Amino acid sequence: MNQPASAYFMEDRHDPNETHTLSVLVQNEPGVLARVIGLFSGRGYNIESLTVSETEHARHMSRITIVTTGTPMVIQQIKHQLDRMIPVYQVVDMTLTGRSIERELAMVKVKGSGDQRIEAMRLAEVFRARVVDATNESFVFEITGGTSKIDQFVSLMVPIGLVEVSRTGVAAISRGPEGM
Amino acid sequence: MSESNNHDPNQMTGAAMIVRALKDHGVEHIFGYPGGAVLPIYDEIFQQDDVEHILVRHEQGAGHAAEGYARSTGKPGVVLVTSGPGATNMVTPLTDALMDSIPLVCITGQVPTHLIGNDAFQECDTVGITRPCTKHNWLVRDVNDLARVLHEAFYVATSGRPGPVVVDVPKDVQFATGTYHPPQKTDVHVSYMPRVKGDPEQIRKAVALLTTAKRPVIYSGGGVVNSGPDASRLLRELVAETGFPITSTLMGLGAYPASGRNWLGMLGMHGTYEANMAMHDCDVMLCVGARFDDRITGRTDAFSPGSKKIHIDIDPSSINKNIRVDVPIIGDVANVLGDLLAAFKASGKQPKIDPWWFEIGRWRARNSLAYRRNDDVIMPQHAIQRLFELTRGRDTYITTEVGQHQMWAAQFFGFEEPHRWMTSGGLGTMGYGLPAALGVQVAHRDSLVIDIAGDASVQMTMQEMSTAVQYDLPIKIFILNNQYMGMVRQWQQLLHGNRLSHSYSEALPDFVKLADAFGCVGFRVSKPGDLDGAIEDMIKVRKPVLFDCNVAALENCFPMIPSGKAHNEMLLPAEANDDATAKAFAGGKALV
Ligand SMILES: Cc1cc2nc3c(=O)[nH]c(=O)nc-3n(C[C@H](O)[C@H](O)[C@H](O)COP(=O)(O)OP(=O)(O)OC[C@H]3O[C@@H](n4cnc5c(N)ncnc54)[C@H](O)[C@@H]3O)c2cc1C
Ligand SMILES: Cc1ncc(C[n+]2csc(CCOP(=O)(O)OP(=O)(O)O)c2C)c(N)n1
Repeated sequence: MNQPASAYFMEDRHDPNETHTLSVLVQNEPGVLARVIGLFSGRGYNIESLTVSETEHARHMSRITIVTTGTPMVIQQIKHQLDRMIPVYQVVDMTLTGRSIERELAMVKVKGSGDQRIEAMRLAEVFRARVVDATNESFVFEITGGTSKIDQFVSLMVPIGLVEVSRTGVAAISRGPEGM
Repeated sequence: MSESNNHDPNQMTGAAMIVRALKDHGVEHIFGYPGGAVLPIYDEIFQQDDVEHILVRHEQGAGHAAEGYARSTGKPGVVLVTSGPGATNMVTPLTDALMDSIPLVCITGQVPTHLIGNDAFQECDTVGITRPCTKHNWLVRDVNDLARVLHEAFYVATSGRPGPVVVDVPKDVQFATGTYHPPQKTDVHVSYMPRVKGDPEQIRKAVALLTTAKRPVIYSGGGVVNSGPDASRLLRELVAETGFPITSTLMGLGAYPASGRNWLGMLGMHGTYEANMAMHDCDVMLCVGARFDDRITGRTDAFSPGSKKIHIDIDPSSINKNIRVDVPIIGDVANVLGDLLAAFKASGKQPKIDPWWFEIGRWRARNSLAYRRNDDVIMPQHAIQRLFELTRGRDTYITTEVGQHQMWAAQFFGFEEPHRWMTSGGLGTMGYGLPAALGVQVAHRDSLVIDIAGDASVQMTMQEMSTAVQYDLPIKIFILNNQYMGMVRQWQQLLHGNRLSHSYSEALPDFVKLADAFGCVGFRVSKPGDLDGAIEDMIKVRKPVLFDCNVAALENCFPMIPSGKAHNEMLLPAEANDDATAKAFAGGKALV
């Protein structure tokens, strides 16, 4: 209880952090992404990954997929805070439903020669990455998969000659016949 | 008003639509300040008499006036300001209204659409700046969207958990002609549907807890006031039916009458001992429209450790935000209390809580609001008590600024009805009370409206006295003048080794002369014996008043829960000698 004298009550919280993937259906109106991002920065929540695109043109609806970390109480707050935003239709915690598929796409540029090129091609095959650009001294691989698969592929490319990576962030969808 | 088209009365300019929408939503008063980007709207206002415009002296004043208007009537407050500085001056009242759940509709002018983004004259990114301090906001780029957006704006501001909204209207849209439609059911935002009715299963669980409680307490808040008159009526009925003790937050005062038998007084940092002890020791807590603010909970890990908690709130994000509750009920207070009360009555059970009342009686006997009487100087608490006694039975509304005087007002002024108490709780905005009083008086011309003020706060929006004079609004500014930013000084005394850094009110104006300069009436009192007479005279004056009440300069506000302490570790006035205080506040260097 030896907190510094302060007008606020300060206490440390020791709940462990969890990672959750949230799917958010929003009305695609100007500023909606700014609202969502502003919510996260304004309230000090983490964004590990965020993807957004219009998914239903006729109804002006977009789907935002957010990967975030926090204590269980914070994760619950994030969902409620998202849900109370006026243009948000629905928030689904894909991690809690436990039946979701999560995929990312990455493009990975690697530079090298000789054995390095052969090793890169061999690993690409193992990871089912496609070559989408090649020169005498470089490749660009396209790879899709879960975040950890891509992380792993990228880290294997480092000693071979990784130049740069561009990732889309996570998109998620539930299994089975039902939609959100 | 628009002559542009004789065939279709719904063809009109954007500016005309705005005034028309105000009428269609029953708006009788708006608070505003003109400027280049809203002149077309001002032109429309000029040509009609249904909506009265109150011209303030600073846009912040318009915002707080609209808040006072809204809180005292239950209707949304409406503000009209220009682009750029007009909009940025609204940021404080918008934030204030967001924190305290006050419905405001703020219309801002914007530079013409084709200039947006060009750093045009008096351009600012109004929707960007106000996004985090509104419930929602819109930039209207097409005059044919304007009617729908305005109707949506009123809907969003007033439904669910109320809050402020901004509609930013570029000047070319104000000039353009389009089609207006009156408000219709479909003008609700497609993705916004607040839940009003409580889940019957949760209500059943709540009743099961309430009927078996041995040490229950009702903790009510601003949500009861937001919900409207039925909510207060049902809350009173629930208290009468159950016999439970009830406390309230700063924001909920008046929902249950201060003269009621079961009233424990306000809870929280400066709440009464009995209220905080009841919260700490209860076995069942029924939270009605309150949000477990940090001024209430103190240390969250020591907050009411042995209780089952029921929480009624319309905003799911208020639930489990700070404190984990056992039975959340999402819905509107009036609606849920109606169901809860019916279920409680139907159970036919009457909890026996006499021993609990006996314990509460012992806490009450500690008399935690006691203060030293003094025959030579006016004690601030005494001044509030006299103000209360001498206005009893009158049709009175109280607003406050922020500081010690605000807490004393909450502790010593008894509120019998909701909507009678206007204070900045969440944001704690000094300068709120004077313009808020103005707004209250606009809505209640014949009532007695008093701003209980501090000498520092009142200087923040003092210019609005001129508005009061212009519109013949006889607000009474009752300044507890202690020549300090008392609340800041109190913290410095308690937490910062009595180093009174910049908390002395140097070079105070002569408030009586200032009143004179504004064309209102000034009073100054420094002797306890003169106080009653002066208050009576003040009440009689049908003009705005600045009342300079010189009070004991160094009095501090108790009881108080020291930081990092639990509710049962309150510091009571009788014990607040130097030693005890030093001990209670022992700690390292302050961070905040
Ligand atoms: C200097 C200073 C000292 C303070 N000290 C204290 C103190 O000692 N004690 C104290 O109590 N406060 C104190 N406050 C005020 C404090 O900061 C908070 O503003 C206050 O406690 C919040 O009140 P509330 O919980 O009633 O919530 P509000 O801010 O009034 O929120 C209302 C809640 O009700 C919900 N709600 C709204 N409408 C409805 C509806 N129709 N149906 C259901 N739910 C609804 C909302 O979602 C929200 O959760 C102090 C403030 C200042 C500036
Ligand atoms: C706009 C604003 N600035 C600063 C503060 C911090 N603050 C809180 S109380 C206070 C002092 C208020 O002094 P006064 O109005 O004289 O009231 P008193 O505490 O003396 O009753 C200050 C500076 C605030 N609440 N609002």
